[in-house]
Amino acid sequence: MSLVLALAVAVVGCGKPKETPSTGGNTGGSTSGVTGSIVAGGSTALQPLVDAAAQQFMAKNPGAQISVQGGGSGTGLTQVLQGGFQIGNSDLFAEEKLKPEEASQLKDHKVCVVAMAAVVHPGVGAKVTNLTKQQMIDIWTGKITNWKDVGGPDVKITLVNRPASSGTRATFKKFALDGKEEAKGIEQEASGTVKQIVSQTPGAIGYLALSYLDDSIKVVSLDGVAPTKENVANGTYPVWAYEHMYTKGEPSGLTKAFLDYILSDEIQKTLVVQEGYIPITDMKVERDASGNVKKL
Amino acid sequence: MNVAKLGRWLAKLRKETAGRILVYGCAALVILITLAIVVFVARQGLTTFVVDKISVFKFLFSSEWNPELPASQGGPLLGSLTMSIGSLLTSGLAVLLAAPTAIIAAVFLVEIAPSWGRQVLQPAIELLAGIPSVVYGYTGLVVLVPLVRERFGGMGFSLLAGGIVLGIMILPTIASLSADSLRALPSSLKEAAYALGSTRWQTIRLVLLPAAKPGILTGIILGLARAFGEALAVQMVIGNVRHIPHSILDPVITLTSAITLDMGYTVSGSTWNNALWSMSLMLLVMTCIFILLARMAAKGREVR
Repeated sequence: MSLVLALAVAVVGCGKPKETPSTGGNTGGSTSGVTGSIVAGGSTALQPLVDAAAQQFMAKNPGAQISVQGGGSGTGLTQVLQGGFQIGNSDLFAEEKLKPEEASQLKDHKVCVVAMAAVVHPGVGAKVTNLTKQQMIDIWTGKITNWKDVGGPDVKITLVNRPASSGTRATFKKFALDGKEEAKGIEQEASGTVKQIVSQTPGAIGYLALSYLDDSIKVVSLDGVAPTKENVANGTYPVWAYEHMYTKGEPSGLTKAFLDYILSDEIQKTLVVQEGYIPITDMKVERDASGNVKKL
Repeated sequence: MNVAKLGRWLAKLRKETAGRILVYGCAALVILITLAIVVFVARQGLTTFVVDKISVFKFLFSSEWNPELPASQGGPLLGSLTMSIGSLLTSGLAVLLAAPTAIIAAVFLVEIAPSWGRQVLQPAIELLAGIPSVVYGYTGLVVLVPLVRERFGGMGFSLLAGGIVLGIMILPTIASLSADSLRALPSSLKEAAYALGSTRWQTIRLVLLPAAKPGILTGIILGLARAFGEALAVQMVIGNVRHIPHSILDPVITLTSAITLDMGYTVSGSTWNNALWSMSLMLLVMTCIFILLARMAAKGREVR
């Protein structure tokens, strides 16, 4: 009896979880050569796409294990640099966030484009469907504080911002506001919450990635150009950013296979479109880290 | 001593030693984990002052926040005053709203209607504690914020909305600790009060509540600590505007919501990220102070 108890205690004491083999080769029914396990994480804007692509990839390659995490672009870049993630997802160029000597260690894989549109409460959207860039800047910098000044109803403007460190906010500020400093407004971490607030607060204006748009809010054109996928792809609508998947150095093995899979027509033509992003293969313009655009 | 006796004695010894090792081991593990977290947060949090050379005084007492301002323009500005004030105001308001309700509910539960209370009120309070904070936050966002906007004016995102949501969240903490404290009172107190001809109201107000005060105070302080540390729910209803509020209907920002807003997007090792750790350290220190206060309040009980 006592022996059993002592034994049980001993087992509990050193009962570490069993090590699972991290590299493949023993999964038996694997039909593909790609095995192993990697972590891809970072940007929450890119997370749904990477997650869906990983599910499909793993269904095809039973020996492969891809874990997809969020945490934000900063987390993605930091973790891929430190080796925690094999793929770091980011809304921004690494050069914009990291020190130059750190950014140079990372290899950029642009997988798709995400565009942002200014959105307003339906009550405002009934009258205001377009804003010039100057009006947009005046609204966000707090110079215009009532919608009647831009042809809307007599309602006070409420700004709904993303956190200062967010990639979506950085993109919107850079390309819709020419980098002008926003006035103080409500800040919310998640795009879903921003949508909820804009839809229920009279006079609210915010900005969202195209994948978040629906009927509860109204989209505003910028300088007469509607934020459609076509206008983004041909370069006439300026507020967009690449979704990057960074690797430390050249990718190999499962990491390379997964990146190739995301860039393949199979994902670009289906999942990327379904999730509301613009396929990288559709883009007719190219932009570098400092914002210079050139035709392809 | 024969062999069988020796065997039994050895077995008993082994049983006791094994048990002792297990118990001491677990206790040591808890202490170790706490220490490790404190050391880690302190190390990260102090980087702002040691490596980035940000003045502690400015960090605590300046309300200028612009972590990306280049050094050539006097940046980065890392003043956390607006956030500390926001945290203090929202948690203070939450306690102000929750404490009276919770204490009265506890009195009802223990003294007025023990059977009815145990069957209905107790599970209701326990249920309140079990609702995930994101549900409180989203309900607050969808129901409370528009209500505040329509009834009281302003944007709806306000100190008031934050205080109400937090108040409901800490109500179970204060109520259950107060109820425990009332229940633990020796029955002789109540009997003596009745024997002297006190009414029920006089007994409760003049004898039972003062006697249970240390426990009730502990409940309030722990409730305050919980309100101070809550991030998710409060973030959704306070608007997160970095300015010092002038009215209860103004939006505010708290330390916790400022941390969650930016933590994932900033790169670790950057001054901005370090400043968020410093704010975490501040929260940790505040929690320590709250726990010390709660322990001091509980000491009062022993003196009685």
